[in-house]
Amino acid sequence: MFGLDKKDAGLLLIVAILALAAPFILNPFPEGSAMAQFNAGYPDLMQRLVIFGIFAIGFNILFGLTGYLSFGHAAFLGVGSYAAIWMMKLLTMNVIPAIIVSVMIAGLFSLLVGWISLRRSGIYFSILTLAFAQMSYALAYSVLTPITGGETGLQPKYTDPRILDGALPDGQMPRANLFGLDMKDGFELVMGNWVFTFNAGYYIAAVVMLLSFYISIRIFRSPFGMMLRAVKSNQQRMNYTGLNTKPYTLAAFVISGMYAGLAGGLLVAMDTQVGAERMFWTASGEVVLMTILGGAGTLIGPVLGAGFIKYMENIVSKINKTVLEQWFAFMPDGIEDVMVALVYPFVGKGWHLTLGLLFMLVVIFLPGGLVEGGQRIGNLFRSKKAKDTSPDGSKTPAE
Amino acid sequence: MDAIILQILNGLDKGSAYALIALGLTLIFGTLGVVNFAHGALFMIGAFCAVTFSKLLTLSHIVIDDTQKDFLGNPLKVEVPYIYDFFGQTTGDAIIDWAVPLSIIFCIPIMIAIGFIMERGLIKHFYKRPHADQILVTFGLAIVLQEVIKYFYGANPIPTPAPEVFAGSFDFGAMMGFAENTIIYPYWRLVYFAFAAVIIGAVFAFLQFTTFGMVVRAGMADRETVGLLGINIDKRFTIMFGIAAAVAGLAGVMYAPINSPNYHMGMDFLVLSFVVVVVGGMGSLPGAVLAGFLLGILESFASMSAVLEFLPGINQIIIYLVAIIILLTRPRGLMGRKGVMEE
Repeated sequence: MFGLDKKDAGLLLIVAILALAAPFILNPFPEGSAMAQFNAGYPDLMQRLVIFGIFAIGFNILFGLTGYLSFGHAAFLGVGSYAAIWMMKLLTMNVIPAIIVSVMIAGLFSLLVGWISLRRSGIYFSILTLAFAQMSYALAYSVLTPITGGETGLQPKYTDPRILDGALPDGQMPRANLFGLDMKDGFELVMGNWVFTFNAGYYIAAVVMLLSFYISIRIFRSPFGMMLRAVKSNQQRMNYTGLNTKPYTLAAFVISGMYAGLAGGLLVAMDTQVGAERMFWTASGEVVLMTILGGAGTLIGPVLGAGFIKYMENIVSKINKTVLEQWFAFMPDGIEDVMVALVYPFVGKGWHLTLGLLFMLVVIFLPGGLVEGGQRIGNLFRSKKAKDTSPDGSKTPAE
Repeated sequence: MDAIILQILNGLDKGSAYALIALGLTLIFGTLGVVNFAHGALFMIGAFCAVTFSKLLTLSHIVIDDTQKDFLGNPLKVEVPYIYDFFGQTTGDAIIDWAVPLSIIFCIPIMIAIGFIMERGLIKHFYKRPHADQILVTFGLAIVLQEVIKYFYGANPIPTPAPEVFAGSFDFGAMMGFAENTIIYPYWRLVYFAFAAVIIGAVFAFLQFTTFGMVVRAGMADRETVGLLGINIDKRFTIMFGIAAAVAGLAGVMYAPINSPNYHMGMDFLVLSFVVVVVGGMGSLPGAVLAGFLLGILESFASMSAVLEFLPGINQIIIYLVAIIILLTRPRGLMGRKGVMEE
């Protein structure tokens, strides 16, 4: 199917089903029940899940395949976002030109940054990319204020030119759309106690995510992908065989920069505002966390990692003391207080503490991320099965 | 002329902080070969040592003072720090006033202990893992440390004043024959610079003139041979890690009055310190110190209004710009050794 072998096609199919049925899957608890706060089926969060999935998929093409650890990828996301919002302000509120231009501008910018940074490898490469990202952030905040809006950021205004769009009726704010289909459009499906929200913006983002996932599978399986993996395992040997690896690594860098730009453009399409803070180095750190947590160098890992972090970020940070007290209400009073006091530092505002601990645990014990964890569990079962079907067959009951 | 001197002075205190953190980073890198992203967190913990110490000093209990009456005629309840009970009021006040310098004594054992625990408990297991893994695990540790501090001390900066004596400013202009009040400089920043110079000197002297330092330097050059000679080099490197942590902590303690400690100050400094280390040359101690002061001074020059007029925004990016240029023209940094991090 689509030039993929059976296994990859199956993977793509699973991701596609998960993405398209997300409004159901992420909403397993009935409305108004105590567990309803774990529902993630609202458009804003679902959109972010898939958009950061795209960002992480792109980052994985660079880090997972070539092993170059970039600490400045948020800059490309930010540049893409600014490009998209300017397209919306100047040209049209239709998201198509905005997204295309954001990918192109981010690609050009990453070409420049990559061309310079890829002269070095290892920690020097990380520092160079970090330096470029911090420079972009500082400039966006200060000198480039006419272009970036500085601290206030940018959002579409009624008075923007929007050459291709007709004049808006008085008092109506310009809204992002796809040929008239508003990104915030959607309908709610009520089934018994459950309310499922289907949102136009989410489905557009999900389709784009599936496309980029497909492209990433093709890159992983192509000769180009093999070359990138060779760079990761032994760049010196590649050089000695007379091969110039720079074009390959640069291409990988630009591709992952374009993915970041695509994610930035989509972020703007869903929520039409941009601020410089999305270029700050912690944002670059976040995509590193996502990729590692999910499993760098695997196909599905980054998507899992991005989904996991964004889901936990939204859900765990919502848990407060009252919720905890409800949970532990069944325990005797003294133990309840102790439990609440023990768990409280890790939820709500303490979400970053949980994330940091989790991340450390993953790096220490599971360098392959969640995917490796899944494989290990899988192997545990498989080896048992293998024993069961072993030729001596001692375990089969004798009738 | 006076403006130039002023900018050099301004650059010195920031440069001192950069130099101290970068020195610790390089020390860890040179000895253990580990890229420690949690070093900024150690700096931050140092600053919070000063906060904790001054809080501890002002711990007080309530005493009923019969000589004073409140407006109802009842004896007034007065909070009296415990320290008054031990030393009397005047000495107690003096000790509270000098809380920040005194917390150096409090900070050193704590930082060395934290360094030991970090090295033995976590980083030891990462020597054989790739550099990317080391960066990532220490990055995670930095997040954890800063969130723990945030949990206990809150997210707001905590003002920690310097002793009263250093509150004023020193008028350099008058001393050097310029007009008065053109070059003034807070006393505490002078103290900070002197302190940094002493610490840096002490670390270099320790490495250069003691047997322990000699063994450590030998270990940095060739760890395996030193091990073959029957010296337990790991133990010494662990001690060096503790010392590097203490250097970062001391830099933090003394920085507390300049910039009120908050939980993310470490991360802010870390990014710049890494740039400093790379500019100075990975694994080169003099390089780290030189680059620290150089970049601190460059940064303050870039924020002169005369410079900003024709290069707007340059103060925000100068350090990164310099780093990019240095890395591309001198791949090993200013004073880097051959063969370090060049896999």
